[in-house]
Amino acid sequence: MTEKERLQEQILRTSGVNPRKCMKCGKCSGTCPSYDEMEYHPHQFVSMVESGNIAPLMESESLYRCLSCFACIDRCPRNVQPAKLVEAVRLMVIRQKGKNHLKPDQIPALLDDEMPQQLLMSVLRKHSK
Amino acid sequence: MQRIGVFVCWCGTNIAGTVDVHAVAEALKLEPGVVFSTDYQYMCSQAGQQIISDAITEHKLTGIVVCSCSPRMHEATFRKTAEKAGLNPYMVEIANIREQCSWVHKEMPIGTEKAIMLAKAAVAKVSLNAPLIPGESPVTKRALVIGGGIAGIQTALDIADAGFPVDLVETKPTIGGKMAQLDKTFPTLDCAACILTPKMVDVAQHENIRIFSYSEVVEVGGFVGNFNVKIKKKARYVREELCTGCGLCTEKCPQKKVANEFNLGMDNRRAIYIPFAQAVPKVATIDAAHCTMLKSGKCGVCSKVCTAGAIDYKQQDEYIEETYGAIVAATGFNPIDMGAFDEYAYSKSPDVITSLEFERLTNAAGPTGGKLLRPSDGKHPQKIVFVQCVGSRCSEAGKGKEYCSKICCMYTAKHAMLTRDKYPDTDVYVFYIDVRTPGKNFDEFYRRAVEEYGVHYIKGMVGKIEPVGDKLKVQASDLLDNRQLKIDADLVVLAAAIEPDKSARSLATMLTASMDTNDFFTEAHPKLRPVESPTAGVFLSGTCQGPKDIPETVSQAGAAAAKVIGLLAKDRLTCNPCIAESDEMMCNGCSSCERVCPYGAIGYIDKEFRMPDRTVKIRRVAKVNAAVCQGCGCCTVTCPSGAMDLKGFANKQIMAEVDALCL
Amino acid sequence: MPVTDYKPKIVAFCCNWCSYAGADLAGNNRLNYPAEVKIIRVPCSCRVNPMFILRAFQRGADGVILCGCHPGDCHYTSGNYYTRRRMALLFSMLDYLGIERERTRVEWVSAAEGAKFAATMSDFVETVAALGENKRLEDLRCKA
Repeated sequence: MTEKERLQEQILRTSGVNPRKCMKCGKCSGTCPSYDEMEYHPHQFVSMVESGNIAPLMESESLYRCLSCFACIDRCPRNVQPAKLVEAVRLMVIRQKGKNHLKPDQIPALLDDEMPQQLLMSVLRKHSK
Repeated sequence: MQRIGVFVCWCGTNIAGTVDVHAVAEALKLEPGVVFSTDYQYMCSQAGQQIISDAITEHKLTGIVVCSCSPRMHEATFRKTAEKAGLNPYMVEIANIREQCSWVHKEMPIGTEKAIMLAKAAVAKVSLNAPLIPGESPVTKRALVIGGGIAGIQTALDIADAGFPVDLVETKPTIGGKMAQLDKTFPTLDCAACILTPKMVDVAQHENIRIFSYSEVVEVGGFVGNFNVKIKKKARYVREELCTGCGLCTEKCPQKKVANEFNLGMDNRRAIYIPFAQAVPKVATIDAAHCTMLKSGKCGVCSKVCTAGAIDYKQQDEYIEETYGAIVAATGFNPIDMGAFDEYAYSKSPDVITSLEFERLTNAAGPTGGKLLRPSDGKHPQKIVFVQCVGSRCSEAGKGKEYCSKICCMYTAKHAMLTRDKYPDTDVYVFYIDVRTPGKNFDEFYRRAVEEYGVHYIKGMVGKIEPVGDKLKVQASDLLDNRQLKIDADLVVLAAAIEPDKSARSLATMLTASMDTNDFFTEAHPKLRPVESPTAGVFLSGTCQGPKDIPETVSQAGAAAAKVIGLLAKDRLTCNPCIAESDEMMCNGCSSCERVCPYGAIGYIDKEFRMPDRTVKIRRVAKVNAAVCQGCGCCTVTCPSGAMDLKGFANKQIMAEVDALCL
Repeated sequence: MPVTDYKPKIVAFCCNWCSYAGADLAGNNRLNYPAEVKIIRVPCSCRVNPMFILRAFQRGADGVILCGCHPGDCHYTSGNYYTRRRMALLFSMLDYLGIERERTRVEWVSAAEGAKFAATMSDFVETVAALGENKRLEDLRCKA
């Protein structure tokens, strides 16, 4: 198994998403409120995970632009759940940094006005574990 | 004791190449019951059949075994031979020593040994065979068509033209169905009413067709050739035979605020109404839920203005019982409820409409007289967004349908094209996932919408729609440009998925016809018998079987009619004699067999039995309807008392085969 | 495996519409499979009474295989669903009686799957042969 396949496998396992169910309608991207902020859009997350092209996703700022509002999950006609993939890629980034989790006291320095509340919550949730 | 003859075929070298046919014939001579055994080059040839026929007469054979090719190949041939020679055709068994022996084994000793075993098993079976006589049942030469849309209309007309009487049952006050609501039809753009209404008139005037409008089927009994059906004619409080359809009552009725279902609630009708000008039958109907007279006894305007004296407030539901040889289900479809799609604001804004509503808006007989005006303010919309696949291809249970509704791509192209044609100043956007246009002149039609009419086709899906002021803020993705679009639209049209009519499920139960998980009727064979239900005598026409456009519906309707005519042309039906039979002495009336029967072929009767002490006891015992049973044998295994057995494949016979093969 | 002249006795019940036609197709395509397989034609796999299978074992069969149409494709609409449930029960009973699970099998073979039929039969014969003779259920009183 190549590194690429290992990454893909891990993303699929942590997210529980089957990207093959995607029929490429683009409703997730049509519904996404942070679309314009993202380099890779929700539908691209799905197709890039499906093709195993995960490294660019891990380096992209798009990861932290997703509000975790789950509108894409709610409206996807095929039940693909793109936001869960975003979440899984975020987790992967954290895990790859080893135990070097972001410390709670580092957060204030990273905060900006546009940082959505929900993102903060999901970051903290990971820290509490 | 049976007198059995064994005939071993060489099939040229096909069998004789791997099986020592003489040895097989010789070995079988030693089997109990076998009085004659021979082999010949080609048993199925004229000469071979003569050998069989002569042997039957000469040796007074009571059963024969032919060791040859598969019974799927020549069983019928040898049964005919036996019948001609005076032997019951069901006293013939085939030992398949070609496909299942000589062709799959290479060595002579192995092939010969297996052929002998197979022949012995066939002998063991045939010695327990009993002569079977196929039952016959008469055919009532009348057909029932349930559903008066274009499918039902076409089926009824085709059957009636062949000379058989047809009853057409429709739940609405008029026939015509969904097609009557449409404006234009793709891909030729001829007006739906112009091609449908003459057919409706044909139905009304056809001497072989009776229309039961505002009626429904409430009970179905019987079986192929002899269905007993009870039809409920709902009270319309207007005497059909007297009403002239002048429409005066519908103008004078003071109750004006009833949502007009023909225009999908986009305008109002009166409590007494004729759905549309070309309705068939053209008679008024009183909507009992809204009529002041029927509710409180105060009013009676319609009866005062009616010069024909057709109004009858005391009318009751009427029940009609009739016998039919064949039944055609043509119950059709409906667009699904858009309530589950909040993101499209269907329930929030009157300017988000379904495609069927759009049809009414552009129809000259519709609520706007054919002018495309927004339902909210009556203004002409400048920007229209069409959303495809709303609820189709959706795997979320409870929200949409997993299947493709098939017709939406084409009608959306039609709507977009017609809008641009009539109002060139309008911007039209179509959001699609895939454009599916297989069909004659279909793709050309869609391309014309894009190339000649400048409809903006965008690969992507609308994510949400928000009514802000008098605009609809449409947010969507454009996958090819990789951007998110925000369009301020005036009107949004949703191509809602279609689903089978709700009445189909209860009808299927009455007919014991099977349905798939989406409530579409299933065919007897998806490829080779697409217009027949697995239940004998029940046929399928139109969208009740699956999504279809009009040309497909009409061709299926015609095909169903052809099948019905084929059935009604027969005077009697010959039944397959290999069917289940219950031993009344053993049956305890537990109903297990009834529950597993896929055809509803098993019923129960109360039968008198004389007891040894000369008393009479009445017991409930199973009775198999020979005309309905298809002989699968499921009931025989279910029966706890062993009363049920399958003729031609009896328990004893199969056990004998097992014994012979295990020696 | 030791070389012996042991040949297992295999009874195959095939439904008329799919599996029997599949077996015919295997023949048409000359796909070899062991001669130990003897086919009994039944209208539908749901016609196979568990008693038939027990009878086969009692009479000394070493393996019994039951073939029907694929689920959803039954000629009689729902017969093979009943088969599936009944056989699940029968197999668990045979298991309880100490009959190796591999001696019985249900396979769905369509009329177009001649190759699958031949492959299934070859595999089944091989499996049963490896188990050896069925001594547990065979009723020696039945032997002539």
